[in-house]
Amino acid sequence: MNAPLSAAELGKRLDYLLGPVLSSRRTAAPLAQALSTLDRRQQDFVLHWVEVIDRSNYELAYQFAAAAPAALGRLDPASAEAWIIHAMDAYDRDGLFRGSEVFRQSALFRQQAEDSHAATFAEYAPVLELFVCGLAGRRLKLETADEAKTDTETLFLPPRIALFPDKADNCAVYRILVVLLWAQGRYGSWQVDLNAACAAWPDPVRAAALLAHFEGLRLEARIAGLFPGIARTMARLRNSPEDPRCAGLAAAGATVGDSLALLERLYEFLDPPELPWQFSLHAGANDVRAARLARERSELATALAALMQQQQAPESAVAAPEGRFSIETGESPGTDDNPEFELRLDGKAVTQPERLTRLIDSILQDLGEIPDEYLQVAGEGRETAGGAESGTDGTPDSAGHELGAHHYDEWDYKRRHYRKNWCVLREIDVEPVDDGFVDATLARYRPQIAQLKRTFEMLRGEDRLLKRQPAGDDVDFDALVDGYADLKSGMELPERLMTRRHKAERNLAVLFMVDMSGSTKGWVNDAERESLVMLCEALEVLGDRYAIYGFSGVTRKRCEIYRIKRFDEACDDTVRRRIAGITPRDYTRMGAAIRHLTTLLNAVDARSKLLVTLSDGKPDDYSDHYRGKYGIEDTRQALIEAHHAGIKPFCITIDHQARDYLPHLYGPVNWTLVDNVTNLPFRVSDIYRKLTR
Amino acid sequence: MVTRLSPPGAKPLPTEARLIREEPYYEAVGNEIALFEAAYASTLPVLLKGPTGCGKTRFIEHMAWRLQRPLITVSCHDDLTAADLVGRYLITANETRWVDGPLARAVRSGAICYLDEVVEARRDTTVVIHPLADDRRILPMEKRGELLQAPPEFQLVMSYNPGYQSVLKELKPSTRQRFVAIEFRYPDASLEEKIIRSESAADAATAAALVRLAQMTRNLKGNGLDEGASTRLLVHAAKLIARGIPAAAACHGAIAEALSDDPEMLRAIDEFAASVF
Repeated sequence: MNAPLSAAELGKRLDYLLGPVLSSRRTAAPLAQALSTLDRRQQDFVLHWVEVIDRSNYELAYQFAAAAPAALGRLDPASAEAWIIHAMDAYDRDGLFRGSEVFRQSALFRQQAEDSHAATFAEYAPVLELFVCGLAGRRLKLETADEAKTDTETLFLPPRIALFPDKADNCAVYRILVVLLWAQGRYGSWQVDLNAACAAWPDPVRAAALLAHFEGLRLEARIAGLFPGIARTMARLRNSPEDPRCAGLAAAGATVGDSLALLERLYEFLDPPELPWQFSLHAGANDVRAARLARERSELATALAALMQQQQAPESAVAAPEGRFSIETGESPGTDDNPEFELRLDGKAVTQPERLTRLIDSILQDLGEIPDEYLQVAGEGRETAGGAESGTDGTPDSAGHELGAHHYDEWDYKRRHYRKNWCVLREIDVEPVDDGFVDATLARYRPQIAQLKRTFEMLRGEDRLLKRQPAGDDVDFDALVDGYADLKSGMELPERLMTRRHKAERNLAVLFMVDMSGSTKGWVNDAERESLVMLCEALEVLGDRYAIYGFSGVTRKRCEIYRIKRFDEACDDTVRRRIAGITPRDYTRMGAAIRHLTTLLNAVDARSKLLVTLSDGKPDDYSDHYRGKYGIEDTRQALIEAHHAGIKPFCITIDHQARDYLPHLYGPVNWTLVDNVTNLPFRVSDIYRKLTR
Repeated sequence: MVTRLSPPGAKPLPTEARLIREEPYYEAVGNEIALFEAAYASTLPVLLKGPTGCGKTRFIEHMAWRLQRPLITVSCHDDLTAADLVGRYLITANETRWVDGPLARAVRSGAICYLDEVVEARRDTTVVIHPLADDRRILPMEKRGELLQAPPEFQLVMSYNPGYQSVLKELKPSTRQRFVAIEFRYPDASLEEKIIRSESAADAATAAALVRLAQMTRNLKGNGLDEGASTRLLVHAAKLIARGIPAAAACHGAIAEALSDDPEMLRAIDEFAASVF
């Protein structure tokens, strides 16, 4: 092994690596001093990671260097790496403070890594997600927070639970928390503004803790009937006996009002015990609820208007425009099971679409009933949604904006790890342009298009008649005559005497991913558009399902996918005008685009799926480290994911340097270079034909 | 002696064998029995829509018993052609011999022909279904140059599961618009409990817990499961429990493993079971 580096040598390296966060008051000397006591392998390890972390944040790298000597004493190399990754994830997710905190607390990390009886959120979340999804009612998200709480749309859970020596019990506490937090919505905890109620007491913190405790007891009783298994586990794991003064909360019809009443009585006389599944009250729950109510009210108005129209359509001549909706709650509201309700129009039951059922159910959870004004229809409904609820102006808009965004992980080859939800991607429609481009292209390439169509027609799957089959639709008389002769001459009659029609189906879906980065400006863009025009002509002959999307974007926060033709869209004038409207945009962050299009392709049912990229160069992005190896490795990882999903990626490029990196991305054969751009329009269709022959 | 060449699928079975003599247990969810009887009386074909295991097949058996007509069931698969339904020539030693397919047998004998999961069948089956399903009520037997006129007792019934959400498995409008459609859903909680109890020897508490478990899995539809637990699966689990298998093991075997192979999904369903029992 090489000799350890001296403090002076280390200081020089660190000065270079950490320069931007060093000053005359904070020098690298103390760090170098501490690191000089390590052996050479550990020193190299630290320097390597300082270099890696530098790419994210210099300060974070500094914190790491400061924490490393002590940590390496505690952690073996594998756990040290896990510790670093954990810190960088925390940095990605929650910022510098959290990231540095993980570095500062290497002892804590070690302890957590060691106690194997702990249940961690990261490990258990996939199962919990399904579990929470199985609970009836509105869709709830799961996230981590220091204490368990819910804002009625997201359930916040502690990152780890290690209260009991048995891991199964710690997992059970997660489950109990999920059910209790879910029950807050289901059994109307937030029908009252609990935070405001607590603020009225001299010590709001104490009041909130007590109230949370009471609600916990009340909800525990409510869920006991639904989930006897959970109730038994709670009884077994309970660490303090229940106070008899709280017994009233277990009554069948107890509401949040009872909890508030009990708070009045016991505020001074009871200290809230620490139950393993104690949750706290979320400070923002009421705001979330108010925003949701406003949104759902307008959604409900729209949905009811649509329903009304539907109901009245058949007898439109004699339609009674009076139509009043009402809600009939099931025979046993307030029992353990999900409340049942029926929507009525003018007293008659109507079948409600599932979306409407969910909407009404969600409002019922918030309000306990559907107020009459919520059931007003059409024009009036829309007005109230936009006007009267002035505080929530624009909520539907911003919700729509959020809805359009997708989040994708990105592969960081240095860390050998994904950056979670790193890229924000939106789908945008290409503005159709009517400039005669398509017609000009069709005219210019008329002979080639005719020829393309002919060759593509030959590819079309035809019925073939298979002869001499053991089983089939009809008798193969040729075989029968032969066989009969055999039979007469004393041999056995052959078995293959039938014909069968076999359809060689082209069960194929292909998605074209078109580079719309700024570098395609000029003739490359023209060639791309011409290629697409011709491709559409050819593919219409073939009848393959195909879609065309463009991609571009600036930075990870603004990855963009441009819809040109969806799978379910016919190749009509709009699509052709969109092709004409393809313009060079920004950069090429390919990983996120591939991941998104993979998702789209996955939704299509086809035996073979193809993802064909039309590109003019390497993956690239503005101002962060996507350029170069990082981008290539992320793209490669995204393509590997596509492969795993059963999609065959292929790349058509015009970049003469492609040989240097495309084999690494697509494999040795799944790409092709078109070296003369003017040939591209004809070549693309031709390549496609060969690819799917 | 020459061995008979057996065509795929159809194994001739006397239609009378499927004359149902015992009343099959069936709980009506809505007005489906009256609707079916009216459709039958008016010689209208019927389309049963609904998720798997919600009682479509049991319903048609019940109706066949009620109407005292033989029932011929064809489970459709993606290689089922029109010839499989109508019939085909077979070759014996010295001649070809025509053998009726199940649909032709049903038409001749005035039976109820039930095409189960009809979207799975090949497209060319519509050629024989269409003329039979509108007011002509004829079955063209192209190879014999024969047109079979269906007697009033004959009825065509198809089932269809709209939950697959696959573009390839859509029923064409021209086909579905010939049928009276009866939609089947999972029965509501109390009725489903009753069904479980009468199909198995389960007690009330077990049945209630199973129904709750089923509802939880049905909430997962589209989030990892293609379909939630059907009533049939609940009956399976209830039967196992009634034989002394612990609830957790019974639910794992009869429900969780039947719904998914995904380890996380299996664990989640096991935890549903642990919660409701």
